[in-house]
Order: sequence, then C-alpha cells, then structure tokens
Amino acid sequence: MTVATAAPLVALAGNPNAGKSALFNRLTGGNARVANYPGLTVEREEGRVRLGAAGEVRLLDVPGTYSLAARSEDERIALFAVAGLPPLEAPDAVLVVLDATQLARHLYLALQVIELDAPVVVAVNLVDTLAKEGLEIDRAALERDLGVPVVFVSALTGAGVQDLRATLARVLANPDSARPGPRWVPQDPRLLGWIDEVGSAVPADWHRSNDRRRRALALWALLSLEEGDELTHVPESLRRAALAATDAAKSALRNLDEEIVRGRYAWIDEREGRFVRAKSRTGLSATDRADRFLLHPALGFALFVGLMAVVFQSLFAWADPVIGWIELAFAWLGDSVRTLLPEGLLTDLAVDGVIAGVGGVLVFLPQILLLFFFIGLMEDTGYMARVAFIMDRLMRIVGLHGRAFVPMLSAYACAVPAILGTRTMERQRDRFLTMMSLPLMTCSARLPVYGLLIAAFAAPGEGNPMTQGLLLTGMYLFGTFMALAAAAVLGRTVLKGKRMPLLLQMPPYRRPHLASIWRRMTTRTGIFVKQAGSVILVCSVLIWALLTFPRSPPSDTTAAAIKVAQAEQAERPSPETEARLADLESEAAGEQLRKSYAGRFGQVIEPAIAPLGFDWKIGVGLIGAFAAREVFVSTMAVVYNVEAAADETNVTLRERIRDARWPDGRAVFTPLVCLSLMVFFALACQCMSTLAVVKRETNSWRWPAFLFAYNGALAWVCSFAVFQGGKLLGFD
Amino acid sequence: MTLLRDIASGDSCRLLEIGGEAGFRRRLLELGLVPGTHLRVVRRVPVGGLVELEVRRCRVTLRTSEADQVHVEKD
Repeated sequence: MTVATAAPLVALAGNPNAGKSALFNRLTGGNARVANYPGLTVEREEGRVRLGAAGEVRLLDVPGTYSLAARSEDERIALFAVAGLPPLEAPDAVLVVLDATQLARHLYLALQVIELDAPVVVAVNLVDTLAKEGLEIDRAALERDLGVPVVFVSALTGAGVQDLRATLARVLANPDSARPGPRWVPQDPRLLGWIDEVGSAVPADWHRSNDRRRRALALWALLSLEEGDELTHVPESLRRAALAATDAAKSALRNLDEEIVRGRYAWIDEREGRFVRAKSRTGLSATDRADRFLLHPALGFALFVGLMAVVFQSLFAWADPVIGWIELAFAWLGDSVRTLLPEGLLTDLAVDGVIAGVGGVLVFLPQILLLFFFIGLMEDTGYMARVAFIMDRLMRIVGLHGRAFVPMLSAYACAVPAILGTRTMERQRDRFLTMMSLPLMTCSARLPVYGLLIAAFAAPGEGNPMTQGLLLTGMYLFGTFMALAAAAVLGRTVLKGKRMPLLLQMPPYRRPHLASIWRRMTTRTGIFVKQAGSVILVCSVLIWALLTFPRSPPSDTTAAAIKVAQAEQAERPSPETEARLADLESEAAGEQLRKSYAGRFGQVIEPAIAPLGFDWKIGVGLIGAFAAREVFVSTMAVVYNVEAAADETNVTLRERIRDARWPDGRAVFTPLVCLSLMVFFALACQCMSTLAVVKRETNSWRWPAFLFAYNGALAWVCSFAVFQGGKLLGFD
Repeated sequence: MTLLRDIASGDSCRLLEIGGEAGFRRRLLELGLVPGTHLRVVRRVPVGGLVELEVRRCRVTLRTSEADQVHVEKD
C-alpha cells in the first residue's frame, strides 16, 4: 500500500434510501476508487474528501442497511465495515446518514452505530423536503440526546455539506467528543447476564478490549445469528453462545430479539416528540398520490409494462449506433495495425486475438451503461420498491426471490452484471436459483447471432416482411419463458427451499441525483469490464490460436493459383483480378481453418450435432462462440471464406451461408436448421465470462459445471426436438 | 385479538404480537413493528395479495398470507 492510504478512514452508513450515495458524491466530488474488500470478492468503493485545513480523509461507501443486524452478505459487510472487524480496516469515524422525514426509523441504525463506540457524526439528509411534509426537526435537541454532532444537509442541493466537512474535521481531531457510549442501556439483570455471556464469546480482535464494543457486538450476535443462518466469517463459538443465550431465554419464556429492539425503539419513542414536530398535513402526500396510480392493480401494471418497453427500446435503439461506432473504430484499428506491422503470426495475434477481443468487450458497454442508468434511476426515485411490489406475484409463482427481478432484467443486457446483482438476496438458495436461471434470458451477445440466422432464414424481400421481427420477438419470449420455467423447476428440485416472507420497504418518491447515478453507472460498468473483460480477452486469444494452429500452407493448387493471380494483379491491376485474388486468399484461409485444431474438433463433434441439423462448420462456430456468443458470426465468416469485415449485416456472409451445402448437395442452412441453431444459442451456456463469474460468486466449480451441463443438455434436447420434429412435420 | 386482514384500508390499529419464524419476526421488529406500536393500513392489493402498512412514517409491504402472523387490536 502507498503512503497516501494513511489518511483517516470514515465509513458512510445509512438506510438504503437515505441518500447515502448522493452524499458520497457531494463529499468526494464523484471520484471513487473501486477495489475488493480484503479477502472478499465484494467490491468496496472509496473516495477522498477534502476537509480544508484538516487535510484529507478517505470515505468508504458502506452497503445500505436499516440495521446492522445481518442476514445477507451485504448486511454482514455493512457491520464489518462500520465496526472495523478483521480483516476489514477499522474506520476512524462513522458518518451515519438519516432521512429527515423518517427520523424515528432511521435513528434505530444510528443507535446501533453509536453503541459500537467509534466516533459518530450524524447527517440528517433531505432537510429540504421537511417543510413539504409538514415536519420540523430540532437539531439541538437531537444532538443533545444522541450525544454526537448532528448536521443538517441536503445531498441534492449541497446545502450543509460544508458544515459537515468542518464537523468531520472537528470530530477526527477530538474523537472522544463523539463517543458518548450506548444510548439505550439494558437494565434487566437477566438480560444483562445473557448479553455478557455472549460478550465473553466475542473474539478479542473484534472487541479490542473495549467493553462497550464487546456488549454492542454481543447484541449484534443475538439479533443476527440463528440456527441455519448463512453468515460467513463469524466464529463458531460466538454463534454457539448466541444460540445458547436465545434458547435459555426462550425456556424462561422471554424473547431477546423483542426485548432488545423494543428497548432501542422505546428510547427513540420517548424522545421523538422533542426531536420532531409534525404540523397537521392537509390531504395526501405526493407519494400517496403517485402510488394511487403506480400501484393500482391494473393501471400500475400497465404503466410498468410501458416503462419496461421504453427501457428495452432504448437498450436496442439508442445503444445500436454507438455499438456500430465501436465496431467501426476497432475494425479501423485492426486495419491500421495490419498496414503498420509486417504480415505474420504476431500481427494476426494482435489484430484477430487482442484487438478483436478488446473490441468484443467494449461493444457491450453502451447497453450496460444504459441498463445501469435505468436501474440507478429506478433505485433513486424509489420506483424499484414498487417494481418488486408489482412483480411479486409472478416471482412467487416461479419461486424466485422478490429481489430477483433486477438481475433478471439486467440479464437482457448481459448475464455478468446480473449475476453480481444477486448479492442483495439474503439466502444462498435464492441467489443460486437466480444465477442458474438468468443465463437463459436473451442477452445482447445473442442478438448478432439471431440477426445473421434470421437473415439467412428469410432473405429480405422474400415472404412476409413481418417474419423477421416476429422471429426475433419470439426468441426473446422463448428465452424469458425458459428462464422462468427453469427457475420453477430448479426451485422445486435441485434448489428446493422454503418460500421467504416478503418484506418491502416503500420509500417516498424522491428526485434522483444524476451525478450519483452516473458514478454508480461507471463503477458498476468498471466491475463488468474487470470481471468479463479479462475472460473475454483471454478466450478470444485462445480461440484465435485454436483457429490458427497448426499452421498449414495452402495446397499446391491454391498456392499456384494465388501466385498467378498476384502476378496478373501486379501487371494489369483491375477490379476483376483483385476480386479473384481476394477469393483465392479467402479459400486459403478456409483451408487453414479446416485443418486447425478448432476445425478438426468441429469435425470430431459433427456426429453429436448432426441430429440437430448442424454440420462441422457450425460446430467450429459453436466453439468460437465460447469467447463470446457474437464471435460465432466472425468465425462463420472465416469458415465460409468470407473476406474481412464480417458482421451480421454482411451480405456476402448471408449469401455464403444460404449457399452452403452438405457433401450430398443438400442446403445446410435451411429455415429449420436456422431455427434449431437459434434455439441452441438461446439455451446453451456458451459464455466463459458467465461461467467464470458464477464460479467466483458461488466459490465452487460445482455450480458453473451444473449450469453448463444443464443448459447444454437443454439446448441439445430442444434443438433436437425442433429439427427432428420439424422434419417429421414435413418442413425441410 | 384481531388479525391484520380484518383492518380496513385506511384504518389504524395497535400491534399486539408477531408470530411466525424468528427471522421474519426480527425483520419486522427492526423495521419498527414493535408490540404496542400504532400501524395504519395504507392499501391492499387483492390481486397480488399484498398489504402496505405505515409505521413511524415509514411504509412496509407484506404478503397477506404473512400478514396473518401479525396480531393487532383495533384503535
């Protein structure tokens, strides 16, 4: 680590909709560094905050949580980050953000943080909305009773942020002034006895010989640990002690959970009248008025469907031109490198392996950025909770967690960010079920493949012009249906589990803070590039090697013909000779490919894929698609000797594919084969990045292997059914 | 003792006790549904089987089937 990391660390904690992210932006100016938590595969975001004369601090964005008691991995990390439990760094101060309009509920988190005995600063956010809600808060009373500095801020307008910096500087200079000790202190001797019993099991590197911390962590254990909880990094002795205390209390007919939570809320309730003055409100709040429409059983659903249509439209329509530019830029880059470097293997590697690989990662960015924009917008406005509300019924039928909706939606762009998005679910079973089903959703990498096959299926101008659009829509519906069906089946078999109760918090609607949405868009996209990018890059180089080696020189006849053509072109350059030369060179490339490892492998697997209607050339394409599905298109171009710039709109490639023949003269790409191949692409998990991320998130090889196997089997069986069934029905 | 399902939309009640699993109870407790607290039923969505409550100026949504674990007393 560098010297710069010696700046004090401030942890920023708060409820999910308290405006924590916007405040982080205000304080840091939007600059954040993403790294992993030490020893964990979870990203942490840290930014630098200038405190004027007092120098700089590092601000850590802690996952949003309404209590430090933990069930999900996100919530456990919130505790570890705020309390500084090993291996996480202990913060020098904790900044707790509260929503001014929901003070009582949000103070619950502040009380827990104060109990941990780190210096605390409380920022009451959204003070600009207080008047509208008919509320008034007495800052002095709040500060007096909490015993820590309280600052009013508006993260949206920036009001109070300067004051907050000054307060942070003051507290860091004099930490003891903001460590008032626990506000609620249990009085009951038996309760105290149980707490201290659990406290004696708190490890030394957790309590660090601080008795307030020891007691606070004992309370945490009592409220978090239970039979069958899935929290990691918690010592077994602590879990046993907490369970023993809970059981002992139960046999004394007492409920420790209730006593502890009730104690804290009683402290808040006794004082709330002093902190908050509510003026009588006339009529419904803006949120209530909006929810009358947005949560209306029929209208709300229609509005939601309409909104999703807009999201989709923009994912495809708006991102498409940008994707085109990126493709053009990389094609240009490849060509330039080719002209600059001498012809040879190294140049091929640089152009076909590395540049193509980087381009293959970057083409995903426009859609992924847009997707994260919409997700950020839905999160910040508070609409996301309503989406879970609207989707609960469907999710319940297929057995998915209510929070699975966002990952499922993200999967339309790419499965990798979608899999990372499952971390908000508390149960491993729900996370895994979502991860195992979402790769069947139609991700954007399948689109170029569908584009090529649909074009080969129905030539433009032939037949019904609607066919192409209908086919594409059909493929999307098919993928979505299969994903939901897979969830329903897996949830009742491999990943059987009890249904989780639904508990949704419905935050008031808020104006979004665009700068903070932008920061999260770029951070999340950065994580995608790191996660998927490296895998895609390595795979494109690997696939390039499989398609290139072993080197085989063109056959004598081809070589001789090329020589003749070259000589002719040198003597009398004309478009015809140039075209002939290009054809011959493509043919040589095709010959090379047929003898390459990938070509041979394609021929080896032909018997396995012939029942689906695929020949060995398609087999080679399937192998190429492992780097990323859209690579299928460029691999097919090489297999079919199509020169340069291969994309799904390449007319030559479409024609070649339509002209492709089996040895006995039958056409390869009949409509039925195209359909069978599209079904195969819809279902097979031909994506190394997805498998790599599943491996990382489940921390085992079993789940990616299972995903690969079941998707592959499903793809084979369904393609078989389509092809053989179609033949039986008399289609060709 | 009354079940939450018997409280009309828009009406208030006082929470007496929460049944069900420990994890579910803990979550509700921490969201401020402590026995003795006043609740208001904001809306019911019969189609999806959901009920939205207001507690301490915050909104929480439950499934109707799970809301049956919440025992209340009419105000």
